Amino acid sequence: MTVKDDSITIKGIREGLLLTLKAGSDEWSELVARLAARIDENRTFFSGAQARIALNVGERPVLPHELDSLRLMLSKRGITLWAVISSSATTQSTARNMGLETSLVADGGQLELPEVSSEEHGTAAILVNRTLRNGRTVRHDGSVIVVGDVNPGAEIVAGGNVIVWGKLRGTVHAGANGDESAFVCALDLAPTQLRIAGYITISPPDRRRKPKPEIAFVRQGRIVAEAWDG
Amino acid sequence: MSQVRSRQSASRVITITSGKGGVGKTTVTANLSAALARLGKRVVCIDADIGLRNLDLILGVENRIVYDIVDVVEGRCQLAQALIRHKAYPELYVLPAAQNRDKTAVSPAQMVRITDELRPQFEFILIDSPAGIERGFKNAVAPADEVLIVTNPEVSAVRDADRIIGMIELLEKRPPSRLIINRVKAEMVKRGEMLSADDVTDILSIQLIGVVPEDETVLIAGNRGMPEPNSRSGQAFAEIARRLLGEDVPHTHTNASQGFFRRLTRLFTGAGARQGSVFDE
Repeated sequence: MTVKDDSITIKGIREGLLLTLKAGSDEWSELVARLAARIDENRTFFSGAQARIALNVGERPVLPHELDSLRLMLSKRGITLWAVISSSATTQSTARNMGLETSLVADGGQLELPEVSSEEHGTAAILVNRTLRNGRTVRHDGSVIVVGDVNPGAEIVAGGNVIVWGKLRGTVHAGANGDESAFVCALDLAPTQLRIAGYITISPPDRRRKPKPEIAFVRQGRIVAEAWDG
Repeated sequence: MSQVRSRQSASRVITITSGKGGVGKTTVTANLSAALARLGKRVVCIDADIGLRNLDLILGVENRIVYDIVDVVEGRCQLAQALIRHKAYPELYVLPAAQNRDKTAVSPAQMVRITDELRPQFEFILIDSPAGIERGFKNAVAPADEVLIVTNPEVSAVRDADRIIGMIELLEKRPPSRLIINRVKAEMVKRGEMLSADDVTDILSIQLIGVVPEDETVLIAGNRGMPEPNSRSGQAFAEIARRLLGEDVPHTHTNASQGFFRRLTRLFTGAGARQGSVFDE
């Protein structure tokens, strides 16, 4: 593909195409028109899996009617806009209000985690300060601490330990990288499924039991749960 | 809508959603709208279930539809032209969904625009969300100031409600969510065969705004296109409406979950009688 003007760059990504607008003070309508021309020149290129595009507008604030006009232009050409990436809060909220993604990471409901570093000895842990509802997943190489419940349908995968200050009813995997000394504890330990390293177990089916703090760990080749009293 | 009153009172956009289909969102929207209108509030309800419209049917205005929400969005009519006034409740209007289009015909931003246009004229704007977590749901919650989650006392409905609550918590606006448990059969709860209101709120841990008993008059009324205010469920909707208005109305149906003797005990202790062990379960 010959690139004639350099205000728009196009790159193939796993999720389709990523279009990046060069920073500048061009009129939005001008940009949309130029983009339309680019697409029309390369009809076959913008088809099939490539008919899904993500747009990086840099720090340009994009208003709802502007994004609307862009989306209209694209949809007339059978192209779906699924994400708008920008460092501008205005653009991000515009995109979100239209139901568009604002990052290229697929929406798996996963929490984005920064790298953790500490001078203390011990494993790095993250603190999740809310209830994890159905559909949410937390993955972390270190330990995971949840202050809140872990509901059925939620999932925690931790390289280290999992500590839940609340009811654990979802699926949990501690020592996911193979650490058999990892443990899982909760104020009410009733997970849908509990794994530690390569071991796997389910909660005993006694409904109507009294909630009590318990800790689960691997002992002699199987997962056991005991009262968690410190 | 010829006489547009200009009221300064803050209007509230309330979205009724559930995740799972068939739990009674549309019935709740219709009955709650009617209950608010009976309390003298100016109410408009919007059917956001484009392609599968039902709200007009339940409210008995189907035969008066000329324009719908997609006509409004695409500029074929003014918003006021698409609003249908309810015959029995002159303060209640309906904005019907389109039947021959799908959810993508309207964007979340356009929903926000429509509700913004309605806000000066109505005290309550109720949006009936379609089932699911996709575009239709995103349209319905985009303009919401508050959300009412409808669920049934069964595990799959509760599971989906939990997912939906999680998604609402991720919205930028984070509208507060309250819970309506619909179609509770007191007899089954008593026998331990159905989740109780307590079981449901225990999982979802959001504020409960009402429990609606299973009531076949709702179905009959829906078929007739007219909510029935004097039934047991009609009373439950009236109570929810009053709670929406900020009244502190005690929950009358939740104690169905506590069993007959405990209720009796409560009744007696409440009346000042000594609590005897004979009343214990």
